Amino acid sequence: MNLENIELIRIGVYGTSILLILIGLYAVLTKKSLIKIVIGLSIIDGGIHLLLIGIGYIKDGTAPIFSPGMEGAADRMVDPVPQALVLTAIVIGFGVTAVALSLIIRLYRHHNTLKIDEIKNLKW
Amino acid sequence: MKKTIVIILLAAFGYFMATTFLDPEFEKHRNQNGVKNGYLEKTVSELKSANTVTSIIVSFRGFDTLGEVTVLFLAASALGSVLFKKRHHVGERSILLPASSIVSTGAKLLFPAIILLGVYVFIHGHLTPGGGFQGGTIIATGFLLMLIAYRNFSISHNVLSVIESLAGILFVVIGLLGFMNGGTFLQNFMPTGSLNNLFSGGIIPIIYILVGFKVATELTGLIYTILHEKG
Repeated sequence: MNLENIELIRIGVYGTSILLILIGLYAVLTKKSLIKIVIGLSIIDGGIHLLLIGIGYIKDGTAPIFSPGMEGAADRMVDPVPQALVLTAIVIGFGVTAVALSLIIRLYRHHNTLKIDEIKNLKW
Repeated sequence: MKKTIVIILLAAFGYFMATTFLDPEFEKHRNQNGVKNGYLEKTVSELKSANTVTSIIVSFRGFDTLGEVTVLFLAASALGSVLFKKRHHVGERSILLPASSIVSTGAKLLFPAIILLGVYVFIHGHLTPGGGFQGGTIIATGFLLMLIAYRNFSISHNVLSVIESLAGILFVVIGLLGFMNGGTFLQNFMPTGSLNNLFSGGIIPIIYILVGFKVATELTGLIYTILHEKG
């Protein structure tokens, strides 16, 4: 693996995750439908998780698991700390999505629409 | 007009993020003997747990996981309070169409296998990739399949909350037992065994099995509440 390939992987991983965060932010800021806003929040979540995992990557790294045959490979293992943090973040993201969807169900029952510009109570 | 402003703002934001993360200096100092080596070393020498991610989540940062489980519980109770109904009428659901016979027969066949896979994933959380959160989610997908396939499939909310509370209380009790053995909260007090054995890692497998039960019951309750929502 030569230098250009490593650069390419780095730009690919960071670039993709930053792009995902931007796409999600665009959806949250411009879309009118509440469901699409929640989808945008989930896309931001995915981008942040990918960015954190990408920071922990090392060249030719293996999973941080000491399975049989890998006991001596500690210096080739990727950083386990971002992986543990991302596992936490996925669960929190799930909770946020569930609560947001339940609030949307309530709003829909009350106003019979999902468009935020038709819900007059939100205007001030 | 609004979209143009948003795109300009996002382009500025993206530019600053990209220059931060694609900086060669950032790459150079990224993996310099952080906490990584300490965790990898202590996992083998002290805990004898093969999966480093599991030992960080359950042992080194076990208190963090207790908070995480609490957040999940909070989300489940918030959803229950927002979608609260006085009575559930099982069978007269508004959003689900009756499933075809292919789906219902396949669900009956697959349900035990999905539960078994989930239990396997959370029992072997300290040896292979996976653990309590992942295994619990797999079990909840099994219940989701049954709820979609059979309109009359009902789960008792009381049983779910009893299992959930019991798992949560036992997590805290095991954490407090660490104090009695002269250590800190969630200190390991059991024999650690040998590496890559099912009975290894001290209290890690026990706590992850409890987390698995808690996550499975919470997610099943969440799915059940949303599917039975009726306006």
